[in-house]
Amino acid sequence: MLFEDYFNLVIMAIISLAFLLGMVRFFKGPTASDRVVALDTISTLAIAAMVYMAHIFGRFIYIDVSLVYAVLGFIGVLAFARYLEGGI
Amino acid sequence: MGIFLVYFGYFFVTIGAIFLFLGALGIYRMPDLYTRLQAGTKASTLGAMSLILGVAFLEPDWWIKLIIMILFIAFSNPLSSHAIARGSYKHNLKPFSKEQIDAYEEVEESKEEQE
Amino acid sequence: MKNKAQKWGRFLYTWLILMIVWYSYTVSLASAELITGIIVTGLIAALNFTSFTHYGFSLFHPRRILYILQFSFVFLVALVKSNIQVAKIVINPKLPVNPGIVKFKTTLKSDFAKMVLANTITLTPGTLTVDLIGDEFYIHWLNMTSHDEAAIYEDIAADFEKVLIKIFDK
Repeated sequence: MLFEDYFNLVIMAIISLAFLLGMVRFFKGPTASDRVVALDTISTLAIAAMVYMAHIFGRFIYIDVSLVYAVLGFIGVLAFARYLEGGI
Repeated sequence: MGIFLVYFGYFFVTIGAIFLFLGALGIYRMPDLYTRLQAGTKASTLGAMSLILGVAFLEPDWWIKLIIMILFIAFSNPLSSHAIARGSYKHNLKPFSKEQIDAYEEVEESKEEQE
Repeated sequence: MKNKAQKWGRFLYTWLILMIVWYSYTVSLASAELITGIIVTGLIAALNFTSFTHYGFSLFHPRRILYILQFSFVFLVALVKSNIQVAKIVINPKLPVNPGIVKFKTTLKSDFAKMVLANTITLTPGTLTVDLIGDEFYIHWLNMTSHDEAAIYEDIAADFEKVLIKIFDK
């Protein structure tokens, strides 16, 4: 394996560990808001992971996917916040 | 010149991954919702921005879209964390505070009296 | 510097910004894409420019651009510094946090400047804008160092406000 492959492996391992921690909070979190915060963090992680995978596999299209995912996640969180305030 | 770009890229990607991990660790360890928002969303914002910047160094052809992504993350993440914080407070989720300092409480109480 | 731009200037500004975003999403100069983009962004700009910007092209005044660059520099330094601070707190096994919600009064006048300040405060870790009522910011602070309103203002907002006043309120 080249240095680059080891590097990619380590980065993806760190991101997966972060995913795991976020997931623990998502399943544990005492209130619904805690779960949404965890979900928000997880979606940021997913965006970063997708962009990095686009680099690993050399596919430009993954970046479009992550952009759409970012927009959708943002709208989802805003809708939930509106619901908490009693707007919906 | 090209090899320097690659080194810059590796540097920023490493920093980004470390901050993403610290953000998730903050989410896991902090005592209540507001502190979790603090540690989680923002450390992971810097992490994602730095990692995407690193990828922009590694793949110079993609930089326009990657810069747009960095800007979008920088604008949207503080908005969403602010929205969650305000919504949760209006939903009667009191913040944990050792010294019991909560300036926002009076605002909410005066609103309730008006109703 | 003039603060309130003409209506058509604001409309053109919105159209230009949306067109740049459109181009960076499609990254192609094919005529079909460009024409669709011009029509769609023109429609959106015509419907939304009143709430999109109050400044128009006067934001591109050279002096403003210099101050905006200075602001981005101040902001980046604060961002990195405070991220490292929060990282230290998270790694520390004792978790030394002392959170609370504090308030301070801002001296900024325009709504847009207040919005930028609120977002900046939120993006620098350790502080999170909970609400903004009139002149008063309500800030959730991760590690309170003082309870005095003037000291709070000095700690959280003074550095950003000095530059923001030069950009928007002059």
